[in-house]
Amino acid sequence: MANSITSTGHVDHLEKLMPHESIINDEGEHVVLPQHRHHFETAEQQREAGSFGMWLFLLTEIMFFGGLFFAYLLYRNWYYPAFAVASNQLNVPEGAANTAILITSGFFMALGVWAAEVRKKKLLVLMLVFTTIFGVAFLGVKADEYHEKYEKHHIPGASFSTSMFTNPPVNPKTGKPDELPLAPDMAQHTEIFFFLYFAMTGMHAFHMIIGIVLLFWLTWRAHRGEFSSGYVAPIENFGLYWHFVDIVWLFLFPLLYLINRHPIH
Amino acid sequence: MAHEVSHDQAHDPSNVTNPEHAEHHIVTPIQYCLVFATLLVGTAITVAAAYVNMGAFNPVIALAIACTKAVIVILFFMHVKYQSRLIKLTVGAGFFAFIILVTMTLLDYISRAWGMW
Repeated sequence: MANSITSTGHVDHLEKLMPHESIINDEGEHVVLPQHRHHFETAEQQREAGSFGMWLFLLTEIMFFGGLFFAYLLYRNWYYPAFAVASNQLNVPEGAANTAILITSGFFMALGVWAAEVRKKKLLVLMLVFTTIFGVAFLGVKADEYHEKYEKHHIPGASFSTSMFTNPPVNPKTGKPDELPLAPDMAQHTEIFFFLYFAMTGMHAFHMIIGIVLLFWLTWRAHRGEFSSGYVAPIENFGLYWHFVDIVWLFLFPLLYLINRHPIH
Repeated sequence: MAHEVSHDQAHDPSNVTNPEHAEHHIVTPIQYCLVFATLLVGTAITVAAAYVNMGAFNPVIALAIACTKAVIVILFFMHVKYQSRLIKLTVGAGFFAFIILVTMTLLDYISRAWGMW
């Protein structure tokens, strides 16, 4: 008698202590739902444990992106003139539009969680589809920005060119260059800015791509009605991930695009 | 038997009646709309502020607005305002640990060549 918890005793226990864990079907029988795990006392406890686990994962993500942000902070202080002029080469209208697109995507994700909570299946599917569309739109704008960097020879590597920074082009409106020329050695350091730009926005875009793949999967499951009978955890926890990716962009946009915009000269 | 566990011991009743997670809060769509509008306004402000020359305060303002937006997203879109103390503490501890790591690494870089200039 190593263990007194027998399988039958366990089921009895489930029905007694886990009021949320089983539902009563039309024939008056108790049905244990497959998504409910037997090692939790209540559905609420299971839900909280799930949120807790998701947040622990997001904390590791904070540390991961935090390292990139720290590298940016450090190099920006070391090579400030190079970072200032290189930052001003980024496309602010597209970056701002992308911020609005991403916030809209997050808004629909939040509404999706609400739709799952109130068990509206069609609305949930619709909200997940909108979330996906705006996520893809973000990546489309991002791809256009990357293409602009390619045309300007601002992608680090063999074709990288500092000529725009050692020899700033004349602005036809003002008749003089927008930026002061950099010394060649300082101009070399603009490549570090663009390396960090691609590393940070690239890792962010990679997270978006993973999120969009997960969205396809969740939309399919939502369409089958898996999340409209009180089981919301996958939608809710994916929502946490999606909002986290939003937050990373909320910091990337001002730090990469905006903080050197004001006229310095 | 040392390993014999009765049902009452294995399943602590205080877990079931714990008021911390007794009730689940649902954020309404109206709240989400307000948050959405706030975030869009915040984005407009941060872009506008970038073109005003405030010297050293430009990055400070930009970071302050970004932090405000992030906190709003965490509290409402991510429901932390309505979560149990366990979740709130987890989120807070994570950001606190991150700030400690950044501060300590910065102190290293600042002080490594101390007195050598």
